[in-house]
Amino acid sequence: MARVNYFLTEEQEMIVDLARRIATEKIIPVRAALDETGDFPWVIMKELAQSDLFGVFIPEEYGGIGGGCFETCLAVENLAYGCVGVTTTFAASALGGYPILLFGTDEQKACYLPDIASGRRLAAFGLTESSAGSDAAGIQTTAVEDGDSWVLNGTKQWITSGGEADIYTIIAMTDRHKGPRGATAFIVEKGDPGFSFGKKENKMGIRASSTRELVFQDCRISKNRMLGKRGGGFILAMRTLDLARPGIGAIGVGLAQAALDEAVRYAKERVQFGQPIISFQAVQHMLADMATEIEAARALVYAVARTIDSGARDFSKLSAMAKLFPTDMAMKVTTDSVQILGGYGYMKDYPVEKMMRDAKILQIYEGTNQIQRNVIGQALNKEYSVN
Amino acid sequence: MRIIVCVKQVPDAKTVRFDREKGTIIRDGMDAVINPFDLHAIEAALQLREKAGGTVTVISMGPPQADSALREAIAMGADAGVLLSDRAFAGADTLATTYTLWKAIEKLGGCDVVFCGKQAVDGDTAQVGPGLAVRLGIPSITCVNAIELAEGPRFRVTRMCDEGREVVEVETPVLFTVLTTLNTPRLPSLKGKMRAKKTHIPVWGAGDIAADPGRVGFAGSPTKVVSTHVPTFNARREILTGTPDEQVNALIVHLKEAGILS
Repeated sequence: MARVNYFLTEEQEMIVDLARRIATEKIIPVRAALDETGDFPWVIMKELAQSDLFGVFIPEEYGGIGGGCFETCLAVENLAYGCVGVTTTFAASALGGYPILLFGTDEQKACYLPDIASGRRLAAFGLTESSAGSDAAGIQTTAVEDGDSWVLNGTKQWITSGGEADIYTIIAMTDRHKGPRGATAFIVEKGDPGFSFGKKENKMGIRASSTRELVFQDCRISKNRMLGKRGGGFILAMRTLDLARPGIGAIGVGLAQAALDEAVRYAKERVQFGQPIISFQAVQHMLADMATEIEAARALVYAVARTIDSGARDFSKLSAMAKLFPTDMAMKVTTDSVQILGGYGYMKDYPVEKMMRDAKILQIYEGTNQIQRNVIGQALNKEYSVN
Repeated sequence: MRIIVCVKQVPDAKTVRFDREKGTIIRDGMDAVINPFDLHAIEAALQLREKAGGTVTVISMGPPQADSALREAIAMGADAGVLLSDRAFAGADTLATTYTLWKAIEKLGGCDVVFCGKQAVDGDTAQVGPGLAVRLGIPSITCVNAIELAEGPRFRVTRMCDEGREVVEVETPVLFTVLTTLNTPRLPSLKGKMRAKKTHIPVWGAGDIAADPGRVGFAGSPTKVVSTHVPTFNARREILTGTPDEQVNALIVHLKEAGILS
């Protein structure tokens, strides 16, 4: 049966095949155990490092593959087919690496990007604090200049791969009186003096990913660790998230595809009233909606990612759409998948209840879907105000 | 170190279907894969190269489609591949196969270590590895379960035998046939896949390896397959229900009917 032709290049097909193969052979067999224990998936991270996928968005001169937002989306979509927790850990390294790629000096890029590309070291992104999530201007962590160093104080909250990653991109206030323009980005490494980790969170879903506090107590780092311009931290964070958001949409697409596959397989096997339940229109219509919405979300993610890679500027609205629609879709599709599996779907013996728990975070992290609607709404207001 | 891996492309056991009338495999729509044992041979070769340096060359005798097996090995990390493909090679038994592989290795200029899978899952002979070692005039260590590299270079190798484990020491040149318990084969990498796509894989025929036409393929094979058949399974299944006593009584009736109990 025909599948939508997204006109992938041979290299893009390779990314799809390899990521799906890792999901099938390496991730799916262990995902339930990782979900149960919450252990960090180092074994899979090693597989991913060996596969070169960590370098998918990093230029070849730094040891990467030289792909863009689209190639990254293809990789995470197909990894998420296996487990969103594992994929979140993978994607967090890209989120920590993007600011270095976008704003780093040549020395910073040469120092960090090859390690991120090869997967030798994981990266992480530290923006959120207990009182600064959607409102990034509320950041309390400070960085103060002292001779040849910067001294950081404060606590970051809910940082993906906290404690496991080696390279952290941190947003701290350098000039509080300037408001958002007083925020600056820094690179902090695990092992820097005064840098430690707080408690590991016990989460509803994506339990294979580590979510932890980052604690800075007179953390002293050298001047050359400032990333981008002084006062440019807020813009750096927004540019990073704009680039990363289609990837979250892609994770939603991969997750929803896995949930649909489980639902259809089950509906073909489950017999009630003498026939497989897929022969009932009530079930068919649910599956039909799921399949249609997945394809629509995939088409949106791919189109936006390609637009970004073609050199578009000012694409906040598009990247918000590419996160909003697929992740709301993933929540609905995974919930419906549990519904189709009925009592079995609610049990941990089947994978769909985990998929439903994992789906919820996609509507929350990297900007809640309410914030995405704000971004889209504000952009519309601006667009229609011209002339 | 010059390392050679011999691989065979075999039908994928997951997709293979049989023609019950003719007693043969239906090749249409069948996926072909690297013989599972050979994946472990490739992994062993790559691990040895990581420790000792050198090159890994993968060779396969087969139809032109076997090219994809060699590319898969290169995607995993092998340096080069050579496909031995010629109509004259068709119908080879293990004697003709070892002759052909031997001539190819001679053309490659010899080697220090050869890795083979213990056996191919289609023919199941387990003869090609040891046979090739005889042709090359080097020792063969079969059923390898662990390999340690020491100075020399010497290998300390564990073999799994029917009676237990056997630990042997051997120097190069040597041929190993490996078990699936030796290691976990790596997946291909993205850069490997890209390199595999671009790599030129030479195809050598009988003339290229200066093979005696009477010793390759069907002509060189004293073993002739007279007939093949597809085994049939008539497993009749019945689930006994009721209390344990009722089930035991029903089982006894069945066993008596089958003549197993009198």
